[in-house]
Amino acid sequence: MAIDHLKINQLLQRLRSRPYRIYEVKTPHTGYLREFLVKEGTEVKGPRGKWREIPGTPLFTLEREKNLKTIKARVSGTIHNLRTELEGRFVEAEEVVLEIRHPLSQEEVISEFLRETLILITAPETARYLLAPEIEKRIRKEGLGKVFVKPNEEILIMSFMKRETPIVHTGETMVIFRIFFTPQEVVTAGEPLLGLCLQEEVPYLERVISRICEEWPEK
Amino acid sequence: MSELYRELTELLERALYVRDIKGEDWQEISAVVGFLQELREKVYELPGEELRKRFSLLKEKLVALETLAAETLSPYEIVKITRHPQRFTLQDILENVYDNYTELGGEGEINLDPAVVVARAMISRRVGDKIYMHQVMVIGHEKGHGEEFRRGGSAKPWGNEKALHYMKIAETEGIPIHFYIFTPGAYPIEDPPGAAQQIARNLYTMAKLKVPMISFISEGGSGGAEAIGLADLRLMASRGYYSVISPEGAAAIEAKLKSGRPPRELVEKCARNLRLTAEDNLRLGTIDRIVPEPPLGARRQDYGFFKRLRYEMIRATDEVVLQTKSLRTFRKYVLSRKNGTEEVPEDFGIYVNWELTEDEKEILLENRSRKYREMGRWAVCGKESTFKHYLEKSHDLGLKVFHGLRYGVFKQSHRALRRMFEELTQESSALLKPVSDPVKTVYNLLSGKKRRIPKVVSWIERPEGPEELYVSPLALEDRTVTCPNAETHGCPDLWVPDLYGEFCGVCPNCGYHFPLEYQWYLNNLFDRGSVREFNEGLSSGNPLNFEGYAEKLAKARKSTGKNSAMLTFEAKIGGISLIVAMLIADFRQGTVGVAEGEKFIRACDRARITRRPLLALIHTTGGIRIHEGTLGVIQMPRCTVAVREYVDSGGLYIVLYDNNSYAGPVASFLGCAPYQFALRSTRLGFAGPRVIRETTGEEVPPDYHSAENALRRGHIQGVWDRRELRLKLYEALLTMGGRNLYYR
Repeated sequence: MAIDHLKINQLLQRLRSRPYRIYEVKTPHTGYLREFLVKEGTEVKGPRGKWREIPGTPLFTLEREKNLKTIKARVSGTIHNLRTELEGRFVEAEEVVLEIRHPLSQEEVISEFLRETLILITAPETARYLLAPEIEKRIRKEGLGKVFVKPNEEILIMSFMKRETPIVHTGETMVIFRIFFTPQEVVTAGEPLLGLCLQEEVPYLERVISRICEEWPEK
Repeated sequence: MSELYRELTELLERALYVRDIKGEDWQEISAVVGFLQELREKVYELPGEELRKRFSLLKEKLVALETLAAETLSPYEIVKITRHPQRFTLQDILENVYDNYTELGGEGEINLDPAVVVARAMISRRVGDKIYMHQVMVIGHEKGHGEEFRRGGSAKPWGNEKALHYMKIAETEGIPIHFYIFTPGAYPIEDPPGAAQQIARNLYTMAKLKVPMISFISEGGSGGAEAIGLADLRLMASRGYYSVISPEGAAAIEAKLKSGRPPRELVEKCARNLRLTAEDNLRLGTIDRIVPEPPLGARRQDYGFFKRLRYEMIRATDEVVLQTKSLRTFRKYVLSRKNGTEEVPEDFGIYVNWELTEDEKEILLENRSRKYREMGRWAVCGKESTFKHYLEKSHDLGLKVFHGLRYGVFKQSHRALRRMFEELTQESSALLKPVSDPVKTVYNLLSGKKRRIPKVVSWIERPEGPEELYVSPLALEDRTVTCPNAETHGCPDLWVPDLYGEFCGVCPNCGYHFPLEYQWYLNNLFDRGSVREFNEGLSSGNPLNFEGYAEKLAKARKSTGKNSAMLTFEAKIGGISLIVAMLIADFRQGTVGVAEGEKFIRACDRARITRRPLLALIHTTGGIRIHEGTLGVIQMPRCTVAVREYVDSGGLYIVLYDNNSYAGPVASFLGCAPYQFALRSTRLGFAGPRVIRETTGEEVPPDYHSAENALRRGHIQGVWDRRELRLKLYEALLTMGGRNLYYR
């Protein structure tokens, strides 16, 4: 399966024109929107700390049945489209109150690009995953982007309650370009584990990544 | 000249020491230090005569300053002496007090816990021409001289576990234990075996350890000190400190600081208020004797002090051992004449064999129990009239006689008879079964009789709940509240009358337990009308005259209508009588002081006399009350001794935690319980996140102290739901209480 260059160009163009992700903040339930605690353009922060124990910036207060609730930011970014006309008024549930524009970091752009471009091997079940010993040895020796996986070759081991099930590569001969999981940590079903591509696509992908690095310098 | 240089260096060290203790701006100490440094630099330049003259002048000045410094020492300066790097440590004691020693369980950094040192040592005494050698186990904290890995003597949980292991070895071998306490406090981490739980286990074991134990306190920091402090005789260095909390910690609490350092003035004020010096502790009765040190504290080279310490340790061990012996009059007399003020003699004069017989061990344990039960009892306040006091006393005596007869005489003989009858029945059944079984089978087959279904020997019935459910006053508000887990668990808003009424303060979606007032438990947990409080007249006082504490106490009394944070009462659950000791949050956050400790001990005694199970219901406890200083700390060993005696006599002791439970009580009479349960959403541990951050330098996750994590670490035996608390307790009483319901 070859890479769709048109699709990649469109993706990069879209990221360039809107280098952020928009998160709409909606009311969780009906109630009176008592007060806005932010202004248009205010920088807000999402939950922080090692365990995300520090709550995000307070955005507005919503009251229902004498229960005044402070709605806090779940991502960091800048406030836009703040609907000031709602202040002091009754609002329905799921009403969009404001937007948080979350600027994409270099890592996030690369991750989005790779998820769109690579052939992904996802976790079939929620379990711990390991690279097959042979593959791991080769990656350690040669590095990512250089190790081939042939059809019917064992690439991963799924470990669940001490039972180990091998995962076999079913497609054509490809190269392992990216590993998305940490060995011995539980991966939720459906999350990507490995990203594969054809050997001739590797230089192109590396070029695009270095371009992204230039365009989105690390802050 | 090199001799003068050495003397100058020594003098400079002494001056620097005084400056460290009294501060740079005290008198002319900084100038003296400056002159000494200058003189030392010019030692090879100046003429000898002038050098000598200036040296003598500076020495005279320094001696005068040292004398003045010793006379004007404040409690906080004593704390600084105790923490000074030049102060003697356990390693110095092992080198200079004992004849020889072998360190056990590690050496230096290669150690299970370098902050705790254990050694098998020999100590000798001369009587006439004879030299007698005694074997002892030495256990103590090692602060080290600047070694970071010792963590200033803060024992980790496994360090205290190591201490306990060697205490048991000493018991097996029948040799006395000498404890040396040099700790600012235990290392507050929850990793198994857990800081609090291990201290509790140590105290529980030490309460009945069958060997003489002597402890010497140089730096006695609260729970960490108690982990090896429950001794038969407690000595203290004259320039040491023994306190419920470090002055800095007390200041942070007083200033309600969440981070950062408290102001210096407040720290000094707290050090004064805490009454932490040796003289204060002797006056309060929390120690037995003071070992005199040089006026500004003993340092590594003070060999005279080590000689004195050796003499005092032998004298103390002799005293403890002699109290157990029947033939002791003359030796006790000779010993009583050694009052500590005399010069240390070369010839000790008397010899006492430190080995104990089985009877003597029993006497030792009785003496220990009596000692801790009496310790600090003078500070208990009570408003009871003389008539009521005698009424309570006669009631207790009546209970003792009645239950003594009922369980001690009648029940015992009844039990013996029943057991004999049971044995006879089983024996005869075993004898006749091979003969009767085939006959029975044939008969059943012919008559068509079906096999009998086995009969249930005992079963657990669901107890009837109180007829009329008590509803918390919190439920009277017409509004909704948000569950703290709403974001992560998607809990809907809860209508307050529902939440505090039907749901018993529990979120029906995630099971989060909202805090409830203690009256809810009194009314919904126990049978209606069965709660009968006793010793309610015992009240918290202000034994240290801690500034501002009397007002705080008066406020708590007024708002709660109670005299202390501990309620002790008789109650019933599904008809089962039990004794309950309850710490309530409303009175000074359920902190434990003298009155609370005394009430708990009396509850243990009543449970023992009446053969009832004992339930410690902890609505909340914030630890030991700092305003009562070491009188508060000694409630840890006191209550643990009472619990141990209750459990040993066959009682069932259950602890139930709710809301927040921290520090001293968890590290003693609660943590030592064989059965500990917590309600969901409870937080329990040794120290809070601020103390952990400041001690270890690391943040802890928000759920570090949760009941689930405590269960995971093995600190508790189960997590219960408030909605079925009554049933759970009833089941626990029946299943853990065994066949006789609640008493072995």
